[in-house]
Order: sequence, then structure tokens, then C-alpha cells
Amino acid sequence: MLSDRQLSEQGLEARGNSSRLLLLACGALAREILALVEVNGWDHMDLQCLPAKLHLTPERIPDAVEAAVEAARNTYDDVFVVYADCGTGGLLQQRCEALGVRMIDGPHCYSFFEGNETFAAHAEQEITAFYLTDFLVRQFDAFVWRPMGFDRHPQLIDIMFGNYEKLVYLAQTENPDLDRQAREAAERLGLGYERRFTGYGDLATALATLQT
Amino acid sequence: MSDEEDDLILSELPDEELVPQMMDDLYDGMKEEVEEGVNILLERGWTPYDILTKALVEGMAIVGVDFRDGILFVPEVLLAAGAMKGGMEILKPLLVETGAPRLGKMVIGTVKGDIHDIGKNLVAMMMEGAGFEIVDLGINNDVDKYIDALKAEGADILGMSALLTTTMPYMKVVIDTLVETGARDDYIVLVGGAPLNEEFGKAIGADAYCRDAAVAVETAKELIMRKHNRGAD
Repeated sequence: MLSDRQLSEQGLEARGNSSRLLLLACGALAREILALVEVNGWDHMDLQCLPAKLHLTPERIPDAVEAAVEAARNTYDDVFVVYADCGTGGLLQQRCEALGVRMIDGPHCYSFFEGNETFAAHAEQEITAFYLTDFLVRQFDAFVWRPMGFDRHPQLIDIMFGNYEKLVYLAQTENPDLDRQAREAAERLGLGYERRFTGYGDLATALATLQT
Repeated sequence: MSDEEDDLILSELPDEELVPQMMDDLYDGMKEEVEEGVNILLERGWTPYDILTKALVEGMAIVGVDFRDGILFVPEVLLAAGAMKGGMEILKPLLVETGAPRLGKMVIGTVKGDIHDIGKNLVAMMMEGAGFEIVDLGINNDVDKYIDALKAEGADILGMSALLTTTMPYMKVVIDTLVETGARDDYIVLVGGAPLNEEFGKAIGADAYCRDAAVAVETAKELIMRKHNRGAD
């Protein structure tokens, strides 16, 4: 049984079910990737996740990815990195190119879940939107509320979120409970709320290209 | 905190104890105590400029170092900044009256598409504390807003900030426009924001990338001095 806490803090070890292709992913994507692998019968893929909390210090992502890619080279024929740019300012892309491995396109998971083209098309009209995914709704306190100090200093909410207008929950699954939690998160931040179903978006199409 | 510290009466402390205490209070984000300390020093005849530089700016510099070293995190820095801002609001009108030294004028704002202004606000506050005049354009600024303000204000420095990797390339649009209009050399261009780095700053043609507010102040001082020296040649 996957625990979000484990995915946040430790990540996920590879199962060793295949030596052909390792998906090296962010822990925040573990459930979605495993769901896609299962439903599509992609038995040639193994999954390893780095701790999702790396997102709190994105400058550490390239080194962590490199270490994991190097460690996996002797075990797998190929590695595909399931991180978007994720606040690394192009450094992760550069690192992957230097390592000779591919990675998923997009600035962040909000974008590839919605579809990079769709997201980019409305990005300029939505600069005051704060996005959550299924994982981030479940981990709102661990990834937003506590690291930003709102539990201890609620006066910081206005300083950090004063320019935002709405919280957009980009939903990967139909789950009324997550919808309710996301709405509550919006209320706690003093923002409007919108739920937008995305499914797995470009994540599904990118992984589907790794068939050969 | 002990009861003894709870009962600390700032007005009873001599200057040499009050100033370090104010710096501690600023570090801990205690806005009311910092404001009280500022008022006490004013009553004791301190100049607004001395209070600003010797108590507030110096205190905030310690916060900046501890942030850089990973001892403090964003929430604590924001609380400290709020405390400093409280003190500065008392001092600002007095600084104007007493003619504190001005080092130069900076137009600052976050770039088009970016609403994240925490870093920009910290830089503006520290620059102001260091003696720069600040024209804060706020968030989401396009190239025309930056350039109009630079001209209208007769500014020396342009400061651009971005938090998103998707918005930071816009800084190059602004710099390229300055180049095209022959105005690039009229201004010192400083850039900053979490996803930026020195390489990016060089690549887009900025004068410097500043990793935090303290570096921005030091860089601005140095580049302004060089500009003045060039002007004197």
C-alpha cells in the first residue's frame, strides 16, 4: 500500500519487475504512473520515485536525478525521467541531455497533466491561479500550509497569496473527497475555487511513446 | 522565552543594549517591539539614518545571512521583514526631512506574467534601507511599463524579478528593447528570482544576477560607484 508520506519523504524503490526501462519519477507522480502502467499492461516498465519533497528545494533535483540515473545504468537498458522542468530553470533538461536520457516535456506537472499546449494557451490569462493536483490536494498541509508557516503565522497567508485570486484543482481522478479537500484548501487561503478534470494528460501520451 | 525576558522594558535599556535587543526582536519578527525601539531611539536624539542603518539594516543583514545558510526559512524572513518595515514606516518621513544620503534611484518590479513579489519586496526594502530611492512598479510588468518608468523617473537602476521558469525569459525581452532603443547603457540592470542563476543573467545581458537582497544591495552600490567613476573620466 502506497503512503503519501512515504512518497513525500523517501520516494519509492524500484520493484525490479523489468530490466528494460526504468521510469525515474517524482514521488508526487507515483500513483498516476502506476495506474497507467497497470491499465495499459506496460510490463516492460519499472518505476522508481525520488522523494516528492525535493520540490521544496528544486535546485537539488538535478543532482538527485543524476545520482539515480547513474545508479540505474547497470540494471536497465534505458531510463526515462518523469520530471518536468519543475523550477530548475532548464538545469534538469541540461543534466538529462548530458546523461543521455530523455525526460517528459513541460514546465511542471500542472502543465503536462492538463496538456502542455492547453496549459500554455491559457497561462497568460491565469497568472493569478494557484494549482493543485490530486497528490498536492492530499498533501496540502505538508507541501503548502506548514512549509509556508501558515500553521504558525496565519498573517503570512496574505503576504504570500495576496496576489492570487483562485485555486484551480487539476483533477487526475473523479474523487468527491479530494474535491471537498481542495475546496477547503481554497477557503483556507482565501481564494476562489475551480475544479478542472484533466485525467493524466500528456503523462499518458508521453509514457505511451516508450513502447518500443 | 523566560519570564525575565517577557518583562524586558526596552525604554530602560541603555543604547548599547537596546540596539542589539532591537536586532534580536527584528530577527524574531517582533514588529511592535521593533517599532517601540525605533521610537525610543528617536526620543533619545538618534538620527533616523543612524537608527535605520545601525539597528534595522544591520539586523536584517543577519537575517539574510542566516537565510542563505539555511538556518532561517522564508516564513521567518517574511516576519523579520514585516518587523523592519514597521520600523521603516516610522523613519521614512523623517529621513526625507533630515536629508539622508541618496545613492541612486531604482525602478523595480516583477516581470510580465509573474505575480510573485516576495523577493522583489525584500530587495526594494533593503535597497531603500541602504539609501536608494525606490520606484516600485509592483507585479506583472511589460516592457513598456519598465521603460516608461525608467525614463520618467530618471532612474539609475532597473531591477527585474521572476519566480517562474516560464516568466523569467521575459527579462531578455526588456533588455533587448533597451538595446534596440540605444538606452541599455543608461541603466544598471539587476535581475533576481529563485530559478535564475548567474549564467542566465549573463546570457540575457543583465549587469548582474543577485541571489538575494543583501547581494542586490552590495552589487548596486558597487555598480553605481563604477558608473560615477566612469562619468568622472
